[in-house]
Amino acid sequence: MAAISLRAIQKTYGSGPKSVKVIHGVDAEIADGEFIVIVGPSGCGKSTLLRMVAGLEEITGGEIHIGGRIVNRLEPSERDIAMVFQNYALYPHMSVFDNMAYGLKIAKVPLAEIKTRVDKAAKILELGALLERRPRELSGGQRQRVAMGRAIVRQPSVFLFDEPLSNLDAKLRAQTRLEIQKLHRELGITSLFVTHDQVEAMTLAQRMMVMNAGRMEQFGTPEEVYQRPASTFVAGFIGSPPMNLLHGQADGARFATGGQTLPLPAAAPRNGELILGLRPEHASWGDRGAGTWELQVDVVETLGAERLVYCRLGDTLFTVRIDGMLPAPRPGDRVPLGVAAERLHWFDPSTSQRIA
Amino acid sequence: MVENRPAATVLSHLTLILGVMIVAFPVYITFIASTQTAEQIVQQVPMSLLPGNNMLESYKFALFGGVTEYGSRLQPALPMLTVSLISALVIAIGKIAISLLSAFAVVYFRFPGRTLVFWMIFITLMLPVEVRILPTYKVVSDLGMLNTYAGLTVPLIASATATFLFRQFFLTVPDELVEAARIDGAGPMRFFKDVLLPLSKTSIAALFVIQFIYGWNQYLWPLLMTTDESMYPVVMGIKRMISGGDAATEWNAVMATAMLAMIPPALVVLLMQRWFVKGLVDTEK
Repeated sequence: MAAISLRAIQKTYGSGPKSVKVIHGVDAEIADGEFIVIVGPSGCGKSTLLRMVAGLEEITGGEIHIGGRIVNRLEPSERDIAMVFQNYALYPHMSVFDNMAYGLKIAKVPLAEIKTRVDKAAKILELGALLERRPRELSGGQRQRVAMGRAIVRQPSVFLFDEPLSNLDAKLRAQTRLEIQKLHRELGITSLFVTHDQVEAMTLAQRMMVMNAGRMEQFGTPEEVYQRPASTFVAGFIGSPPMNLLHGQADGARFATGGQTLPLPAAAPRNGELILGLRPEHASWGDRGAGTWELQVDVVETLGAERLVYCRLGDTLFTVRIDGMLPAPRPGDRVPLGVAAERLHWFDPSTSQRIA
Repeated sequence: MVENRPAATVLSHLTLILGVMIVAFPVYITFIASTQTAEQIVQQVPMSLLPGNNMLESYKFALFGGVTEYGSRLQPALPMLTVSLISALVIAIGKIAISLLSAFAVVYFRFPGRTLVFWMIFITLMLPVEVRILPTYKVVSDLGMLNTYAGLTVPLIASATATFLFRQFFLTVPDELVEAARIDGAGPMRFFKDVLLPLSKTSIAALFVIQFIYGWNQYLWPLLMTTDESMYPVVMGIKRMISGGDAATEWNAVMATAMLAMIPPALVVLLMQRWFVKGLVDTEK
């Protein structure tokens, strides 16, 4: 059980003029028992950040506190953490039991105690029948569970997960996601979970940290991140299909973009150059009075439960998500879209940050 | 190619049988000669290809030595076999131990000049014993290691080939395994002992076979640095048993010694082969 505090964390690879800065100062306070997901596109520094918490990467600047201790100079084994790796990193020549027990054996835990702990973890993860097997005799999902078991038996105060689900097939991934959630509820151990998959992030996180290019763009609950994205990056990254972002000129209750002037349900927060964001699922099909846009349909994709309608707006496509039961519009049709004021997001084009 | 044509089967069998005969026939001759008496070998021309009845005596004579009919003494092969066995084992085990450790250092530790060290080891691949034999002899004799086991083995222990092989193997071990071990609290040597060694079992077995035979077949180096008969390895001893000039050669004893000298390497290959195949069948990666 431990809180984690990241203070101005920086990471630079190399030194001198050739050095590359990959983390530009990340601050975060993580409460004891919280499940935090770090999400971002590949190369954004999320894994590096996790590996710095684990102690596998040196920290160039800043401090990491785990349970009130500064751990910057501690070895991974002294930080009271356990990590689940993307490819599980099981010792290939050891049985499942030995894989889970190895850390405890090194820590000189008495054999009887090791046995109790491994048996308990095996029971939670339903590995009881597999304890004598070697990793190569296990399926991907079973290996994944062994990797989690190895983390559990250590009884750490922090769990670190480095994309642990990305090697599983879709069905198993959904199932394991639920298991991880259940496990966290039972054990209540502070967890950091790195992923590039926004579904994993949204479903698992109590709070999520959205990273981009070595910076933390937003740190909040999944609802906050979805409903009030802090920047155009977060707006475009979370949500599928991504939020429509329109560059244009606001003038009172009018917004000029892509050669059209769109009426707004309420005045823009300020006049002049702005970015307007609207999620595909928040444009309602049909007339809504003051803020009704008329757009020309370009392409329609039918997904069963829903349809994605791509409308032409200047040289960009504006995506609208409609119920699959509604009749499909034909390409070339002009359709009315109702827009509600509380669904609009406004961003500053120079900083990409959210305005109010 | 899986085909079912009788003619092809016959042909491939014939080729194989011919190959085996070319390899095995000299060994057979050696064996036959070792079962005859020295007189039979010299007097019957061509030599009989059927086993004689002197086998026990030939081998006893070869193993324990004795006085020939012409009054000269024959060196016993048993001490020579012991010398060979000890040096081959020390060379094989020493080579494997040193190479494992140096490959471990080169792959897993960051120290100044790491690449340089690796390339220096690599370059010594181009310097077999024969090339560096004089300087090596000088060093060994200055250290007073002539006619000792240390002198027979130490200069042959450093092995670039094995180091290189283990390095390549270690590079294929995933980094996550190292990291998992670090999180589990295993120090470097613990990781080496608990993870790397068990994973290298197959390569160790393969190298042991190769290096044992290499050590066993050393001829030039022992020839140069042993002057004491009690330190002669068997490969060299065989050559010395063939006397030049007027003295008669006890061919039956020579052949018996040759047969005896063949046994340990053959045994190593036969025994280790099972390991080898087992290692190849259940790859643990």
